[in-house]
Amino acid sequence: MRFRLNGITLPHLKKTKGMSPVKMDVPKTLYFPMHQNLGAPAVPSVKVGDEVFVGTLIATAGGKVGAPIYSSVSGKVKRIEDAVQPNGAFSPTILIESDGAQTPDPAIAPPAVTDRESFLAAVVNSGVVGLGGAGFPTAVKLGVKDPSKIEHVIINGAECEPYITSDTRTMLDRDDDICEGIELIKKYLGVKSFIFGIEKNKPLCIKLMTKTAGAIEGVKIAPLPSVYPQGGEKVLIYHTTGKVVGEGKLPIDVGVIVINCTTLAEIARYIRTGMPLTEKCVTVDGSCVKEPKNLIVPIGTPARDVFEACGGLTEDPGKVIYGGPMMGVSVADIEAPVLKQTNALLALNKKESAPKRISNCIRCGRCTNTCPFGLAPVSIVTAYENKDMEELASLKANLCMECGCCSFVCPANRPLVQQNKLAKAALACWIREKKDKEEKK
Amino acid sequence: MNKLNVSISPHIRSGNTTAGIMLDVIIALIPALIASVYHFGFRAFYITAVCVLSCVLGELAFQLIAKRDIAIGDLSAVVTGMLLAFNLPVTIPEWQAIIGSLVAIVVVKELFGGIGFNFANPAGTARIMMLVAFSGTMTNWTEPHHTDLVTTATPLSLIAEGDTDNLPTFFRMIIGDRAGSMGETCAIALVFGFVYLLCRKVITWHTPVVFVVTAFVFTYLATGFDFKSAVYQVLAGGLLLGAIFMATDYATTPPTAWGKVIFGFGCGIITVAVRLWGSNPEGVSFAILFMNILTPYISKLTKHRIFGANKPKKKKA
Repeated sequence: MRFRLNGITLPHLKKTKGMSPVKMDVPKTLYFPMHQNLGAPAVPSVKVGDEVFVGTLIATAGGKVGAPIYSSVSGKVKRIEDAVQPNGAFSPTILIESDGAQTPDPAIAPPAVTDRESFLAAVVNSGVVGLGGAGFPTAVKLGVKDPSKIEHVIINGAECEPYITSDTRTMLDRDDDICEGIELIKKYLGVKSFIFGIEKNKPLCIKLMTKTAGAIEGVKIAPLPSVYPQGGEKVLIYHTTGKVVGEGKLPIDVGVIVINCTTLAEIARYIRTGMPLTEKCVTVDGSCVKEPKNLIVPIGTPARDVFEACGGLTEDPGKVIYGGPMMGVSVADIEAPVLKQTNALLALNKKESAPKRISNCIRCGRCTNTCPFGLAPVSIVTAYENKDMEELASLKANLCMECGCCSFVCPANRPLVQQNKLAKAALACWIREKKDKEEKK
Repeated sequence: MNKLNVSISPHIRSGNTTAGIMLDVIIALIPALIASVYHFGFRAFYITAVCVLSCVLGELAFQLIAKRDIAIGDLSAVVTGMLLAFNLPVTIPEWQAIIGSLVAIVVVKELFGGIGFNFANPAGTARIMMLVAFSGTMTNWTEPHHTDLVTTATPLSLIAEGDTDNLPTFFRMIIGDRAGSMGETCAIALVFGFVYLLCRKVITWHTPVVFVVTAFVFTYLATGFDFKSAVYQVLAGGLLLGAIFMATDYATTPPTAWGKVIFGFGCGIITVAVRLWGSNPEGVSFAILFMNILTPYISKLTKHRIFGANKPKKKKA
């Protein structure tokens, strides 16, 4: 038996798992921040006053690691101005006023895909980024120089965070899209082996995927224990293939690519219809939401409108979170728009959101004993506070995947992962400076 | 406008608290407290109350004087007080119990920075201090269920003197009907607490089990395969109390499984060595204190292997 990485058991809270997504009404104003992917922000390609349709290109990829953005409504470009993005960056945001007609762009047509190059070009044009939450441009991931290096493609259907069921719904409602996606990657990248990792708390998904995707040659369904962070890339790779992605290495270095199941379905849908990524299934849940449900939301819709579409909020929320409660981003403004990689919108009540009192570390060891990678969070924090960069490097602070298990289990409520993130950044900075100095010599 | 809280993830917590953990330890100590009252009378409860109160008030006073955050709500001082009381003979004078408690809380715990910063177990260290300072009253053992408090020998001193014929029966050893510190005698009650702590995931099995097994095997070998004496070594003295409640103290023991195994092994060896060849009949608290001092080194040696980490490059000569 293979050694398993540590993790934590979380309350699942997936009460929306049985709810097929419903389309929400198109809001009046939509915001399209340019930072909707890891890497370079997109560059606006429309002007104020331009008329746009559903699927009209409004911003081009800002670099090699980037992705284009498309309008999710028909209407007019009202404003383009710099604004704080949900991730904290400051970059242009396109404001579009919808006309409510939802006229599709007349130029929309399925792309001609005949070989690897045209397939990758289609993935670029689809605007799809990692929809599991990270937002890494999918085309970059699939565009490995030598596709014969890809031994396995791992399809991520773990969905290990509480509340979120949007991937569950993709697996249950869009199994044909997923199968199509698998066939496309098989055909154009020549991949022979697919492993579909699904947590065991989704027996219906496992059953259906075994019947549909599992029937395709080379696809193996891997039921995984419901232990957070099962869906973390390195964790998933290890638990499905036994391969260890080493320090400073990428999954492809061990012959693996991990792709989220919804990402895969979106690529297939684009190649079939030619309609790029403009809407997203979002799980709307949390103690303040009147009617939690899965909604199909036009990208750019402010959170307030999304909550309105769920019967509104029962009380003023203490926190609004993009994504799950373990790794999601809490936003400052309820007008913040849904992004491509937003898979859930949570509104937690004031009691749940209140900061907890921090007390002394009692050295119980829960943090280091639950860390999937065996890091020592308290030691990392101490080294960071002492500005001891050599120690941070030897503690491998750089390997922290920021899953938050350490903070979750800490009985003293110490902000461990929070400080580890700072430590990581400080360490990266120090290493860069050291390198620069060495080069100057 | 409604203001939203913004913070870095995670946005949920497990609900574990320091006070909750300490409360679990207190609950786990209650069977032993009941047993001690049953065997040694109401005075056992009274001394425990004196120790707990002195610990809590001592901590409060220190935190007020030192202008630290008041942290008596975390209940750790209650645990220290109970553990210290369990390590004392029931005949101990109150003022000595109070001094012991203050040493445990103020000197061993608070002077080093309070909870989490002490390097040695407060109760165990205070017991050693008292053994040295009050050696007469600290070794004034009485037979259970005797109101006249006649001084007698503990099973450990009987073993040390080679007088194994007068040892209490196995059954009496298990239920705690024997001379000794008031909380250490009832093996059943202590094991009950151990199982509770395991179920509540407050501690892991490593240190207590390795401690007991090491002590058993080492005695068995050192006494020329004397099974009875090995069993009695485990049941006598404060071995179970120490192994379950004091060698599992978070701050003063290693955090990883292998660290705990080494810690328990060291405790077992030292305990038996002191008992068999030392001038003192009991060695548990010395063993734990000694291993407490080694803890930072054990922790360093037994760090988790980091997943996917590169091996450090060898420095070029």
